[in-house]
Amino acid sequence: MTSVQSTSGPDLITPVPNSQSKPFSGLLNDVVAMTRRNLLRLFRTPQVIVFATIQPVIFVLLFNFVFGGSVQFAPGIEYIDFLIPGILVQTSLFAAGNTAIGLTDDLQKGAIDRFRSLPMHHSAVLIGRTNADALRAALTMTIVCVVGFVIGFRTSHFSGLVLGVLLAIFLSYAFNWVFAAFALYVKDPEAAQAGAFLPVFPLVFAASTFAPVDNMPGWLQPFADNQPVTVTVDAVRALTQGTPAGADVLASMGYSAAIMAIAIPIATRKFKRS
Amino acid sequence: MISVQGLSVHFGDLKAVDNLSLQIPKNQVRGLLGPNGAGKTTLVKVIATLLQPTAGTVSVGGYSIDSQANAVRSMIGLAGQYAAVDDLLTGRENLEIVGRLYQLPKAEAKRRAEEALERLSLTDAADRLVRTYSGGMRRRLDLGASLVGRPQVLILDEPTTGLDPRTRLDLWDFLRDLVSDGATILLTTQYLEEADELCDRITVIDSGTIIADGTADELKARVGGDLVMASPKRRQDLHRVKELLADIGEGSVRVDENLMTVAVPVESRVTALVKAAQAIDTAGIELSDLGVQRPSLDDVFLAITGTAGNDAAGTNGGQK
Repeated sequence: MTSVQSTSGPDLITPVPNSQSKPFSGLLNDVVAMTRRNLLRLFRTPQVIVFATIQPVIFVLLFNFVFGGSVQFAPGIEYIDFLIPGILVQTSLFAAGNTAIGLTDDLQKGAIDRFRSLPMHHSAVLIGRTNADALRAALTMTIVCVVGFVIGFRTSHFSGLVLGVLLAIFLSYAFNWVFAAFALYVKDPEAAQAGAFLPVFPLVFAASTFAPVDNMPGWLQPFADNQPVTVTVDAVRALTQGTPAGADVLASMGYSAAIMAIAIPIATRKFKRS
Repeated sequence: MISVQGLSVHFGDLKAVDNLSLQIPKNQVRGLLGPNGAGKTTLVKVIATLLQPTAGTVSVGGYSIDSQANAVRSMIGLAGQYAAVDDLLTGRENLEIVGRLYQLPKAEAKRRAEEALERLSLTDAADRLVRTYSGGMRRRLDLGASLVGRPQVLILDEPTTGLDPRTRLDLWDFLRDLVSDGATILLTTQYLEEADELCDRITVIDSGTIIADGTADELKARVGGDLVMASPKRRQDLHRVKELLADIGEGSVRVDENLMTVAVPVESRVTALVKAAQAIDTAGIELSDLGVQRPSLDDVFLAITGTAGNDAAGTNGGQK
Protein backbone atom coordinates (compact mmCIF):
# COMPACT_ATOMS: atom_id res chain seq x y z
CA MET A 1 0.00 0.00 0.00
CA THR A 2 2.05 2.92 -1.17
CA SER A 3 0.43 6.30 -1.08
CA VAL A 4 0.61 8.72 -3.96
CA GLN A 5 3.09 8.18 -6.78
CA SER A 6 6.73 8.99 -6.58
CA THR A 7 8.01 7.53 -9.82
CA SER A 8 7.09 9.23 -13.02
CA GLY A 9 4.95 8.03 -15.80
CA PRO A 10 4.93 10.83 -18.27
CA ASP A 11 1.39 11.87 -18.79
CA LEU A 12 -1.05 9.93 -16.76
CA ILE A 13 -0.05 10.90 -13.33
CA THR A 14 -1.06 14.50 -12.88
CA PRO A 15 -3.33 14.60 -9.88
CA VAL A 16 -6.63 16.29 -10.53
CA PRO A 17 -7.78 19.23 -8.44
CA ASN A 18 -10.50 18.06 -6.14
CA SER A 19 -13.86 19.79 -6.35
CA GLN A 20 -14.18 19.74 -2.59
CA SER A 21 -11.25 22.12 -2.27
CA LYS A 22 -13.34 24.90 -3.81
CA PRO A 23 -16.74 24.18 -2.33
CA PHE A 24 -18.90 26.83 -3.89
CA SER A 25 -17.35 27.58 -7.28
CA GLY A 26 -16.86 23.84 -7.63
CA LEU A 27 -20.54 23.16 -7.10
CA LEU A 28 -21.50 25.94 -9.50
CA ASN A 29 -19.14 24.55 -12.13
CA ASP A 30 -20.62 21.06 -11.79
CA VAL A 31 -24.20 22.31 -11.87
CA VAL A 32 -23.52 24.29 -15.04
CA ALA A 33 -21.86 21.29 -16.70
CA MET A 34 -24.70 18.94 -15.76
CA THR A 35 -27.43 21.40 -16.76
CA ARG A 36 -25.76 21.93 -20.10
CA ARG A 37 -25.45 18.20 -20.65
CA ASN A 38 -29.11 17.60 -19.90
CA LEU A 39 -30.25 20.47 -22.12
CA LEU A 40 -28.17 19.16 -25.03
CA ARG A 41 -29.80 15.79 -24.56
CA LEU A 42 -33.29 17.28 -24.35
CA PHE A 43 -32.96 19.24 -27.55
CA ARG A 44 -31.70 16.20 -29.41
CA THR A 45 -34.61 13.99 -28.46
CA PRO A 46 -37.35 14.57 -31.06
CA GLN A 47 -40.09 13.03 -28.87
CA VAL A 48 -39.22 15.44 -26.09
CA ILE A 49 -39.31 18.44 -28.38
CA VAL A 50 -42.64 17.37 -29.82
CA PHE A 51 -43.99 16.76 -26.35
CA ALA A 52 -42.66 20.06 -25.08
CA THR A 53 -43.93 22.21 -27.95
CA ILE A 54 -46.75 20.66 -29.96
CA GLN A 55 -48.63 19.06 -27.10
CA PRO A 56 -49.30 22.27 -25.13
CA VAL A 57 -50.23 24.04 -28.35
CA ILE A 58 -52.80 21.33 -29.04
CA PHE A 59 -54.14 21.77 -25.52
CA VAL A 60 -54.53 25.50 -26.04
CA LEU A 61 -56.32 25.10 -29.37
CA LEU A 62 -58.42 22.15 -28.26
CA PHE A 63 -59.67 23.63 -25.04
CA ASN A 64 -60.24 27.04 -26.51
CA PHE A 65 -62.14 26.03 -29.64
CA VAL A 66 -63.85 22.85 -28.42
CA PHE A 67 -64.87 23.84 -24.92
CA GLY A 68 -64.50 27.60 -25.08
CA GLY A 69 -67.66 28.03 -27.15
CA SER A 70 -69.93 25.80 -25.12
CA VAL A 71 -68.77 26.36 -21.56
CA GLN A 72 -70.32 29.39 -19.96
CA PHE A 73 -69.10 30.29 -16.55
CA ALA A 74 -66.85 33.05 -15.34
CA PRO A 75 -68.67 36.26 -16.14
CA GLY A 76 -66.65 39.11 -17.47
CA ILE A 77 -63.69 37.03 -18.70
CA GLU A 78 -63.04 35.56 -22.14
CA TYR A 79 -62.38 31.81 -22.03
CA ILE A 80 -58.94 32.22 -23.67
CA ASP A 81 -57.92 34.63 -20.91
CA PHE A 82 -59.17 32.09 -18.38
CA LEU A 83 -57.45 29.20 -20.16
CA ILE A 84 -53.89 30.43 -20.74
CA PRO A 85 -52.96 30.67 -17.02
CA GLY A 86 -54.34 27.14 -16.61
CA ILE A 87 -52.30 25.78 -19.51
CA LEU A 88 -49.15 27.46 -18.16
CA VAL A 89 -49.49 25.61 -14.87
CA GLN A 90 -50.57 22.36 -16.53
CA THR A 91 -47.38 22.60 -18.59
CA SER A 92 -45.29 22.93 -15.48
CA LEU A 93 -46.61 19.66 -14.05
CA PHE A 94 -46.50 17.71 -17.30
CA ALA A 95 -42.92 18.83 -17.83
CA ALA A 96 -41.94 17.56 -14.40
CA GLY A 97 -42.70 13.99 -15.47
CA ASN A 98 -39.72 14.31 -17.76
CA THR A 99 -37.40 14.52 -14.79
CA ALA A 100 -38.41 11.01 -13.78
CA ILE A 101 -37.94 9.67 -17.29
CA GLY A 102 -34.56 11.35 -17.81
CA LEU A 103 -33.17 10.29 -14.48
CA THR A 104 -34.24 6.64 -14.74
CA ASP A 105 -32.77 6.57 -18.23
CA ASP A 106 -29.42 7.78 -16.88
CA LEU A 107 -29.56 5.24 -14.07
CA GLN A 108 -30.20 2.41 -16.43
CA LYS A 109 -27.59 3.32 -19.02
CA GLY A 110 -24.83 3.62 -16.44
CA ALA A 111 -24.39 7.40 -16.79
CA ILE A 112 -25.10 7.87 -13.09
CA ASP A 113 -22.42 5.32 -12.21
CA ARG A 114 -19.91 7.32 -14.22
CA PHE A 115 -20.84 10.57 -12.48
CA ARG A 116 -20.61 8.93 -9.09
CA SER A 117 -17.12 7.70 -9.85
CA LEU A 118 -15.98 11.27 -10.57
CA PRO A 119 -14.62 13.65 -7.91
CA MET A 120 -17.52 16.03 -8.48
CA HIS A 121 -20.29 17.38 -6.26
CA HIS A 122 -22.79 14.59 -6.59
CA SER A 123 -25.69 16.85 -5.73
CA ALA A 124 -25.02 18.52 -9.10
CA VAL A 125 -26.41 15.42 -10.83
CA LEU A 126 -29.88 16.08 -9.42
CA ILE A 127 -29.65 19.87 -9.51
CA GLY A 128 -28.51 19.79 -13.14
CA ARG A 129 -31.41 17.51 -14.00
CA THR A 130 -34.10 19.61 -12.31
CA ASN A 131 -32.59 22.84 -13.69
CA ALA A 132 -32.64 21.59 -17.25
CA ASP A 133 -36.23 20.43 -16.95
CA ALA A 134 -37.29 23.77 -15.46
CA LEU A 135 -35.65 25.56 -18.39
CA ARG A 136 -37.48 23.27 -20.76
CA ALA A 137 -40.74 24.15 -19.02
CA ALA A 138 -39.90 27.84 -19.41
CA LEU A 139 -39.48 27.33 -23.15
CA THR A 140 -42.80 25.53 -23.39
CA MET A 141 -44.55 28.27 -21.43
CA THR A 142 -43.17 30.88 -23.78
CA ILE A 143 -44.60 28.98 -26.71
CA VAL A 144 -47.97 28.71 -24.95
CA CYS A 145 -48.03 32.49 -24.44
CA VAL A 146 -47.18 33.18 -28.08
CA VAL A 147 -49.87 30.82 -29.37
CA GLY A 148 -52.29 32.33 -26.85
CA PHE A 149 -51.61 35.82 -28.13
CA VAL A 150 -52.15 34.67 -31.72
CA ILE A 151 -55.61 33.27 -30.97
CA GLY A 152 -56.82 36.13 -28.83
CA PHE A 153 -55.29 35.99 -25.36
CA ARG A 154 -54.97 39.52 -24.01
CA THR A 155 -53.51 40.95 -20.87
CA SER A 156 -52.93 44.53 -19.96
CA HIS A 157 -50.57 43.48 -17.19
CA PHE A 158 -47.45 42.29 -18.91
CA SER A 159 -45.33 42.28 -15.77
CA GLY A 160 -48.09 40.24 -14.16
CA LEU A 161 -47.76 37.66 -16.92
CA VAL A 162 -43.99 37.46 -16.44
CA LEU A 163 -44.46 37.06 -12.71
CA GLY A 164 -47.12 34.41 -13.33
CA VAL A 165 -44.80 32.43 -15.59
CA LEU A 166 -42.07 32.62 -12.94
CA LEU A 167 -44.54 31.32 -10.38
CA ALA A 168 -45.44 28.40 -12.65
CA ILE A 169 -41.74 27.64 -13.24
CA PHE A 170 -41.15 27.66 -9.50
CA LEU A 171 -43.94 25.12 -9.04
CA SER A 172 -42.52 23.09 -11.92
CA TYR A 173 -39.11 23.10 -10.26
CA ALA A 174 -40.64 21.82 -7.01
CA PHE A 175 -42.41 18.98 -8.85
CA ASN A 176 -39.16 18.17 -10.70
CA TRP A 177 -37.71 17.26 -7.32
CA VAL A 178 -40.73 15.14 -6.45
CA PHE A 179 -40.25 13.19 -9.65
CA ALA A 180 -36.51 12.99 -9.16
CA ALA A 181 -37.13 11.28 -5.81
CA PHE A 182 -39.78 9.08 -7.41
CA ALA A 183 -37.36 8.07 -10.19
CA LEU A 184 -34.68 7.06 -7.70
CA TYR A 185 -37.13 4.66 -6.10
CA VAL A 186 -38.63 3.07 -9.22
CA LYS A 187 -35.39 3.09 -11.28
CA ASP A 188 -37.13 1.83 -14.44
CA PRO A 189 -37.91 4.30 -17.27
CA GLU A 190 -41.20 2.66 -18.30
CA ALA A 191 -42.44 2.51 -14.73
CA ALA A 192 -41.35 6.11 -14.22
CA GLN A 193 -43.26 7.24 -17.28
CA ALA A 194 -46.43 5.45 -16.25
CA GLY A 195 -46.14 6.32 -12.58
CA ALA A 196 -45.32 9.97 -13.09
CA PHE A 197 -48.67 10.75 -14.68
CA LEU A 198 -50.83 9.09 -12.05
CA PRO A 199 -50.59 11.95 -9.54
CA VAL A 200 -50.35 14.60 -12.26
CA PHE A 201 -53.77 14.03 -13.80
CA PRO A 202 -55.96 14.55 -10.72
CA LEU A 203 -53.82 17.53 -9.71
CA VAL A 204 -54.20 19.18 -13.10
CA PHE A 205 -57.85 18.35 -13.81
CA ALA A 206 -59.39 18.53 -10.32
CA ALA A 207 -58.36 22.16 -10.23
CA SER A 208 -59.33 25.51 -11.67
CA THR A 209 -57.06 24.79 -14.66
CA PHE A 210 -59.72 24.45 -17.36
CA ALA A 211 -63.00 25.17 -15.55
CA PRO A 212 -64.04 26.91 -12.32
CA VAL A 213 -63.99 24.79 -9.19
CA ASP A 214 -67.48 26.12 -8.25
CA ASN A 215 -69.07 23.85 -10.88
CA MET A 216 -67.48 20.69 -9.44
CA PRO A 217 -69.31 18.31 -7.05
CA GLY A 218 -69.32 19.38 -3.44
CA TRP A 219 -67.12 16.52 -2.18
CA LEU A 220 -64.36 17.46 -4.61
CA GLN A 221 -64.36 21.18 -3.95
CA PRO A 222 -62.37 21.29 -0.70
CA PHE A 223 -59.50 19.47 -2.42
CA ALA A 224 -59.86 21.22 -5.76
CA ASP A 225 -60.06 24.63 -4.16
CA ASN A 226 -56.93 24.39 -2.04
CA GLN A 227 -54.44 22.19 -3.85
CA PRO A 228 -51.25 23.70 -5.29
CA VAL A 229 -52.35 23.70 -8.93
CA THR A 230 -55.54 25.68 -8.26
CA VAL A 231 -53.75 28.12 -6.01
CA THR A 232 -51.09 28.72 -8.64
CA VAL A 233 -53.55 28.95 -11.55
CA ASP A 234 -55.66 31.44 -9.57
CA ALA A 235 -52.54 33.46 -8.80
CA VAL A 236 -51.46 33.58 -12.47
CA ARG A 237 -55.00 34.45 -13.52
CA ALA A 238 -55.22 37.28 -11.02
CA LEU A 239 -51.77 38.55 -12.03
CA THR A 240 -52.68 38.63 -15.73
CA GLN A 241 -56.13 40.14 -15.09
CA GLY A 242 -54.88 42.74 -12.65
CA THR A 243 -57.11 41.55 -9.80
CA PRO A 244 -55.73 41.17 -6.23
CA ALA A 245 -53.33 38.25 -6.34
CA GLY A 246 -51.27 38.54 -3.16
CA ALA A 247 -52.78 35.73 -1.12
CA ASP A 248 -52.68 33.19 -3.98
CA VAL A 249 -49.15 34.17 -4.95
CA LEU A 250 -47.93 33.65 -1.40
CA ALA A 251 -49.86 30.38 -1.08
CA SER A 252 -48.38 29.10 -4.35
CA MET A 253 -44.85 29.99 -3.32
CA GLY A 254 -45.49 28.42 0.06
CA TYR A 255 -46.63 25.19 -1.59
CA SER A 256 -43.60 25.08 -3.88
CA ALA A 257 -41.21 25.76 -1.01
CA ALA A 258 -42.88 23.12 1.18
CA ILE A 259 -42.78 20.53 -1.61
CA MET A 260 -39.07 21.21 -2.12
CA ALA A 261 -38.38 21.09 1.60
CA ILE A 262 -39.71 17.54 1.60
CA ALA A 263 -38.65 16.26 -1.82
CA ILE A 264 -35.07 17.59 -1.99
CA PRO A 265 -33.83 15.81 1.17
CA ILE A 266 -35.59 12.58 0.19
CA ALA A 267 -34.14 12.64 -3.32
CA THR A 268 -30.66 13.60 -2.13
CA ARG A 269 -30.55 10.91 0.53
CA LYS A 270 -31.85 8.25 -1.83
CA PHE A 271 -29.27 9.29 -4.42
CA LYS A 272 -26.43 8.99 -1.94
CA ARG A 273 -27.51 5.53 -0.83
CA SER A 274 -28.45 3.84 -4.05
CA MET B 1 -2.18 0.76 -4.70
CA ILE B 2 -5.45 -1.02 -4.04
CA SER B 3 -5.99 -2.72 -0.72
CA VAL B 4 -9.06 -4.76 0.13
CA GLN B 5 -9.34 -6.23 3.63
CA GLY B 6 -12.06 -8.62 4.74
CA LEU B 7 -14.58 -7.16 2.32
CA SER B 8 -18.17 -8.40 2.45
CA VAL B 9 -21.09 -7.10 0.44
CA HIS B 10 -24.42 -8.69 1.20
CA PHE B 11 -27.70 -7.99 -0.57
CA GLY B 12 -30.19 -9.48 1.87
CA ASP B 13 -29.34 -13.16 2.01
CA LEU B 14 -27.13 -13.03 -1.04
CA LYS B 15 -23.44 -12.78 -0.24
CA ALA B 16 -22.19 -11.13 -3.43
CA VAL B 17 -18.73 -10.71 -1.91
CA ASP B 18 -17.78 -12.61 1.22
CA ASN B 19 -14.76 -11.81 3.40
CA LEU B 20 -12.49 -11.12 0.47
CA SER B 21 -8.97 -9.68 0.77
CA LEU B 22 -6.81 -8.47 -2.07
CA GLN B 23 -3.64 -6.38 -2.51
CA ILE B 24 -2.70 -4.83 -5.83
CA PRO B 25 0.69 -3.11 -6.00
CA LYS B 26 1.40 -0.04 -8.09
CA ASN B 27 1.71 -0.48 -11.85
CA GLN B 28 0.39 -4.02 -11.76
CA VAL B 29 -2.29 -5.27 -14.09
CA ARG B 30 -4.57 -7.48 -12.09
CA GLY B 31 -7.18 -9.64 -13.73
CA LEU B 32 -10.33 -10.58 -11.91
CA LEU B 33 -11.58 -13.73 -13.52
CA GLY B 34 -14.88 -15.41 -12.87
CA PRO B 35 -18.24 -16.38 -14.38
CA ASN B 36 -21.29 -14.11 -14.38
CA GLY B 37 -22.54 -13.58 -10.85
CA ALA B 38 -19.19 -14.42 -9.27
CA GLY B 39 -19.05 -11.01 -7.58
CA LYS B 40 -16.60 -9.28 -9.94
CA THR B 41 -18.79 -6.29 -10.70
CA THR B 42 -19.76 -5.90 -7.05
CA LEU B 43 -16.12 -5.81 -6.02
CA VAL B 44 -15.33 -3.29 -8.75
CA LYS B 45 -18.23 -1.07 -7.70
CA VAL B 46 -17.00 -1.00 -4.11
CA ILE B 47 -13.48 -0.05 -5.15
CA ALA B 48 -14.87 2.66 -7.45
CA THR B 49 -16.84 4.12 -4.48
CA LEU B 50 -20.20 3.29 -6.06
CA LEU B 51 -21.28 0.79 -3.46
CA GLN B 52 -20.99 0.77 0.33
CA PRO B 53 -19.55 -2.46 1.70
CA THR B 54 -21.37 -4.43 4.38
CA ALA B 55 -18.07 -5.03 6.16
CA GLY B 56 -14.35 -4.62 5.60
CA THR B 57 -12.03 -1.82 4.55
CA VAL B 58 -10.94 -0.77 1.10
CA SER B 59 -8.37 1.85 0.17
CA VAL B 60 -6.93 3.17 -3.07
CA GLY B 61 -3.57 4.91 -3.02
CA GLY B 62 -3.82 5.02 0.76
CA TYR B 63 -7.18 6.81 0.73
CA SER B 64 -10.19 5.14 2.28
CA ILE B 65 -13.17 4.65 -0.06
CA ASP B 66 -15.35 5.41 2.90
CA SER B 67 -13.99 8.56 4.52
CA GLN B 68 -11.91 9.93 1.62
CA ALA B 69 -14.10 8.96 -1.30
CA ASN B 70 -13.40 12.09 -3.31
CA ALA B 71 -9.65 11.60 -3.06
CA VAL B 72 -10.16 8.06 -4.33
CA ARG B 73 -12.37 9.32 -7.15
CA SER B 74 -9.74 11.74 -8.36
CA MET B 75 -7.25 8.86 -8.64
CA ILE B 76 -9.41 6.36 -10.48
CA GLY B 77 -10.91 6.02 -13.92
CA LEU B 78 -13.83 3.66 -14.40
CA ALA B 79 -14.99 2.07 -17.64
CA GLY B 80 -17.88 -0.32 -17.53
CA GLN B 81 -19.16 -3.22 -19.56
CA TYR B 82 -22.26 -1.28 -20.53
CA ALA B 83 -20.28 1.64 -21.98
CA ALA B 84 -21.69 4.57 -20.05
CA VAL B 85 -21.48 7.18 -22.75
CA ASP B 86 -24.19 9.55 -23.85
CA ASP B 87 -25.93 8.55 -27.05
CA LEU B 88 -27.29 12.01 -27.66
CA LEU B 89 -23.99 13.82 -27.31
CA THR B 90 -21.04 13.76 -29.67
CA GLY B 91 -17.89 11.93 -28.69
CA ARG B 92 -16.17 15.22 -28.01
CA GLU B 93 -19.03 16.59 -25.90
CA ASN B 94 -19.02 13.42 -23.83
CA LEU B 95 -15.36 13.81 -22.96
CA GLU B 96 -15.48 17.57 -22.42
CA ILE B 97 -18.29 17.25 -19.91
CA VAL B 98 -16.35 14.64 -17.97
CA GLY B 99 -13.36 17.01 -18.03
CA ARG B 100 -15.48 19.85 -16.70
CA LEU B 101 -16.71 17.58 -13.92
CA TYR B 102 -13.07 17.05 -12.96
CA GLN B 103 -13.02 20.80 -12.34
CA LEU B 104 -10.74 21.42 -15.30
CA PRO B 105 -10.83 24.85 -16.89
CA LYS B 106 -12.66 24.90 -20.21
CA ALA B 107 -9.53 25.06 -22.36
CA GLU B 108 -7.88 22.20 -20.47
CA ALA B 109 -11.04 20.07 -20.71
CA LYS B 110 -11.05 20.65 -24.46
CA ARG B 111 -7.38 19.80 -24.75
CA ARG B 112 -7.71 16.56 -22.82
CA ALA B 113 -10.79 15.54 -24.77
CA GLU B 114 -8.88 16.10 -27.99
CA GLU B 115 -5.94 14.13 -26.66
CA ALA B 116 -8.10 11.18 -25.57
CA LEU B 117 -9.94 11.15 -28.90
CA GLU B 118 -6.66 11.06 -30.74
CA ARG B 119 -5.22 8.36 -28.55
CA LEU B 120 -8.23 6.15 -29.15
CA SER B 121 -8.40 6.92 -32.90
CA LEU B 122 -11.76 8.61 -32.61
CA THR B 123 -10.77 12.00 -34.01
CA ASP B 124 -12.67 11.46 -37.25
CA ALA B 125 -15.85 10.57 -35.40
CA ALA B 126 -15.39 13.16 -32.66
CA ASP B 127 -18.25 15.41 -33.75
CA ARG B 128 -20.76 12.70 -34.55
CA LEU B 129 -23.48 11.72 -32.12
CA VAL B 130 -22.50 8.62 -30.18
CA ARG B 131 -25.77 7.06 -31.31
CA THR B 132 -24.09 6.49 -34.67
CA TYR B 133 -21.02 4.75 -33.18
CA SER B 134 -20.29 1.05 -33.48
CA GLY B 135 -19.97 -1.08 -30.36
CA GLY B 136 -16.20 -0.93 -30.50
CA MET B 137 -16.18 2.86 -30.87
CA ARG B 138 -18.49 3.26 -27.92
CA ARG B 139 -16.24 1.09 -25.83
CA ARG B 140 -13.24 3.16 -26.86
CA LEU B 141 -15.03 6.38 -26.00
CA ASP B 142 -16.02 4.95 -22.62
CA LEU B 143 -12.38 4.16 -22.01
CA GLY B 144 -11.49 7.66 -23.20
CA ALA B 145 -13.88 9.15 -20.66
CA SER B 146 -12.14 7.22 -17.91
CA LEU B 147 -8.79 8.68 -19.05
CA VAL B 148 -9.75 12.35 -19.08
CA GLY B 149 -8.90 12.68 -15.39
CA ARG B 150 -5.50 11.09 -16.00
CA PRO B 151 -6.12 8.40 -13.42
CA GLN B 152 -3.37 6.46 -11.71
CA VAL B 153 -5.71 3.54 -11.30
CA LEU B 154 -7.93 2.25 -14.07
CA ILE B 155 -10.85 0.03 -13.19
CA LEU B 156 -12.25 -1.78 -16.19
CA ASP B 157 -15.32 -3.96 -15.89
CA GLU B 158 -15.27 -6.47 -18.74
CA PRO B 159 -13.78 -3.97 -21.16
CA THR B 160 -13.91 -6.25 -24.20
CA THR B 161 -17.10 -8.25 -23.67
CA GLY B 162 -19.04 -8.32 -26.90
CA LEU B 163 -16.27 -6.87 -29.05
CA ASP B 164 -15.02 -8.49 -32.22
CA PRO B 165 -11.54 -10.04 -32.07
CA ARG B 166 -9.85 -7.26 -34.04
CA THR B 167 -11.22 -4.50 -31.82
CA ARG B 168 -10.30 -6.53 -28.77
CA LEU B 169 -6.68 -6.74 -29.90
CA ASP B 170 -6.55 -2.97 -30.46
CA LEU B 171 -7.90 -2.36 -27.00
CA TRP B 172 -5.33 -4.69 -25.48
CA ASP B 173 -2.54 -2.77 -27.19
CA PHE B 174 -3.92 0.45 -25.87
CA LEU B 175 -4.08 -0.87 -22.32
CA ARG B 176 -0.47 -2.03 -22.58
CA ASP B 177 0.51 1.53 -23.50
CA LEU B 178 -1.21 2.84 -20.40
CA VAL B 179 0.64 0.36 -18.24
CA SER B 180 3.95 1.50 -19.64
CA ASP B 181 2.91 5.03 -18.67
CA GLY B 182 2.66 3.83 -15.08
CA ALA B 183 -1.01 3.06 -14.63
CA THR B 184 -2.29 0.40 -12.28
CA ILE B 185 -5.12 -1.57 -13.82
CA LEU B 186 -7.80 -3.76 -12.32
CA LEU B 187 -9.81 -5.49 -14.98
CA THR B 188 -12.55 -8.07 -14.81
CA THR B 189 -13.02 -10.58 -17.55
CA GLN B 190 -14.67 -13.85 -18.40
CA TYR B 191 -11.94 -14.70 -20.85
CA LEU B 192 -8.93 -16.62 -19.63
CA GLU B 193 -7.14 -15.64 -22.80
CA GLU B 194 -7.58 -11.95 -22.07
CA ALA B 195 -6.32 -12.32 -18.52
CA ASP B 196 -3.40 -14.33 -19.89
CA GLU B 197 -2.45 -11.66 -22.44
CA LEU B 198 -2.74 -8.60 -20.25
CA CYS B 199 -2.44 -9.40 -16.60
CA ASP B 200 0.60 -9.69 -14.37
CA ARG B 201 -1.48 -11.58 -11.90
CA ILE B 202 -4.89 -13.21 -11.98
CA THR B 203 -7.38 -13.62 -9.17
CA VAL B 204 -10.12 -16.13 -9.82
CA ILE B 205 -13.31 -15.53 -7.89
CA ASP B 206 -16.49 -17.49 -7.62
CA SER B 207 -19.50 -16.98 -5.37
CA GLY B 208 -17.88 -13.90 -3.86
CA THR B 209 -14.67 -15.52 -2.67
CA ILE B 210 -11.20 -15.99 -4.11
CA ILE B 211 -10.69 -19.56 -5.28
CA ALA B 212 -7.29 -19.10 -6.91
CA ASP B 213 -4.65 -16.44 -7.29
CA GLY B 214 -1.44 -16.45 -9.27
CA THR B 215 0.27 -15.62 -12.53
CA ALA B 216 -1.21 -16.88 -15.76
CA ASP B 217 1.45 -19.58 -15.94
CA GLU B 218 0.73 -20.78 -12.44
CA LEU B 219 -2.95 -21.05 -13.19
CA LYS B 220 -2.32 -22.77 -16.48
CA ALA B 221 -0.09 -25.27 -14.80
CA ARG B 222 -3.08 -26.22 -12.69
CA VAL B 223 -5.26 -26.50 -15.75
CA GLY B 224 -2.76 -28.42 -17.85
CA GLY B 225 -1.86 -26.04 -20.65
CA ASP B 226 -2.60 -26.29 -24.37
CA LEU B 227 -3.71 -29.42 -26.15
CA VAL B 228 -3.04 -30.59 -29.68
CA MET B 229 -6.09 -32.34 -31.04
CA ALA B 230 -6.48 -34.50 -34.12
CA SER B 231 -9.50 -36.25 -35.64
CA PRO B 232 -8.76 -38.99 -38.20
CA LYS B 233 -11.30 -39.62 -40.93
CA ARG B 234 -11.30 -43.39 -40.46
CA ARG B 235 -11.91 -45.03 -37.12
CA GLN B 236 -9.16 -47.60 -37.64
CA ASP B 237 -6.57 -44.77 -37.68
CA LEU B 238 -7.40 -43.66 -34.12
CA HIS B 239 -4.82 -45.92 -32.55
CA ARG B 240 -2.05 -44.93 -34.98
CA VAL B 241 -2.76 -41.21 -34.40
CA LYS B 242 -2.62 -41.81 -30.67
CA GLU B 243 0.88 -43.31 -31.01
CA LEU B 244 2.09 -40.40 -33.15
CA LEU B 245 0.78 -37.75 -30.79
CA ALA B 246 2.21 -39.53 -27.76
CA ASP B 247 5.69 -38.92 -29.23
CA ILE B 248 5.02 -35.20 -29.61
CA GLY B 249 3.08 -34.38 -26.43
CA GLU B 250 4.06 -34.00 -22.82
CA GLY B 251 1.50 -36.09 -20.99
CA SER B 252 -1.03 -38.85 -21.32
CA VAL B 253 -2.95 -38.99 -24.57
CA ARG B 254 -6.72 -38.84 -24.35
CA VAL B 255 -8.82 -40.62 -26.93
CA ASP B 256 -12.51 -39.98 -27.36
CA GLU B 257 -13.95 -42.92 -29.31
CA ASN B 258 -17.31 -41.25 -29.86
CA LEU B 259 -16.06 -37.93 -31.15
CA MET B 260 -13.12 -39.66 -32.85
CA THR B 261 -10.63 -37.22 -31.36
CA VAL B 262 -7.16 -37.70 -29.95
CA ALA B 263 -5.75 -35.00 -27.64
CA VAL B 264 -2.41 -34.54 -25.95
CA PRO B 265 -1.07 -31.77 -23.69
CA VAL B 266 1.86 -29.90 -25.28
CA GLU B 267 4.41 -27.37 -24.17
CA SER B 268 4.78 -25.21 -27.25
CA ARG B 269 1.61 -25.26 -29.21
CA VAL B 270 2.95 -24.06 -32.54
CA THR B 271 5.95 -26.38 -32.67
CA ALA B 272 3.84 -29.29 -31.55
CA LEU B 273 1.17 -28.58 -34.13
CA VAL B 274 3.70 -28.45 -36.94
CA LYS B 275 5.31 -31.69 -35.77
CA ALA B 276 1.95 -33.39 -35.48
CA ALA B 277 0.94 -32.31 -38.97
CA GLN B 278 4.18 -33.58 -40.45
CA ALA B 279 4.10 -36.90 -38.60
CA ILE B 280 0.49 -37.64 -39.51
CA ASP B 281 1.02 -36.61 -43.10
CA THR B 282 4.13 -38.80 -43.41
CA ALA B 283 2.13 -41.71 -42.02
CA GLY B 284 -0.41 -41.13 -44.78
CA ILE B 285 -3.39 -40.74 -42.46
CA GLU B 286 -6.29 -38.61 -43.59
CA LEU B 287 -7.63 -36.15 -41.00
CA SER B 288 -10.96 -34.42 -40.71
CA ASP B 289 -9.57 -31.91 -38.24
CA LEU B 290 -6.35 -30.86 -36.58
CA GLY B 291 -5.82 -28.00 -34.19
CA VAL B 292 -4.77 -26.55 -30.88
CA GLN B 293 -7.17 -26.20 -28.00
CA ARG B 294 -6.42 -23.72 -25.28
CA PRO B 295 -7.82 -24.21 -21.81
CA SER B 296 -11.02 -22.25 -21.31
CA LEU B 297 -12.31 -20.56 -18.19
CA ASP B 298 -14.42 -23.66 -17.79
CA ASP B 299 -11.29 -25.78 -17.66
CA VAL B 300 -9.85 -23.49 -14.98
CA PHE B 301 -12.91 -23.94 -12.85
CA LEU B 302 -12.92 -27.64 -13.50
CA ALA B 303 -9.31 -27.88 -12.41
CA ILE B 304 -9.70 -25.68 -9.33
CA THR B 305 -13.11 -26.56 -7.97
CA GLY B 306 -13.99 -29.78 -9.70
CA THR B 307 -17.17 -28.13 -10.98
CA ALA B 308 -17.68 -26.03 -14.06
CA GLY B 309 -18.44 -22.34 -13.58
CA ASN B 310 -22.09 -21.56 -14.23
CA ASP B 311 -21.96 -19.39 -17.28
CA ALA B 312 -18.39 -19.93 -18.23
CA ALA B 313 -19.15 -22.71 -20.66
CA GLY B 314 -19.25 -21.52 -24.21
CA THR B 315 -18.16 -17.93 -23.56
CA ASN B 316 -14.67 -18.66 -24.68
CA GLY B 317 -14.58 -22.38 -25.26
CA GLY B 318 -11.88 -24.08 -27.19
CA GLN B 319 -10.16 -22.30 -29.97
CA LYS B 320 -8.98 -24.13 -33.00
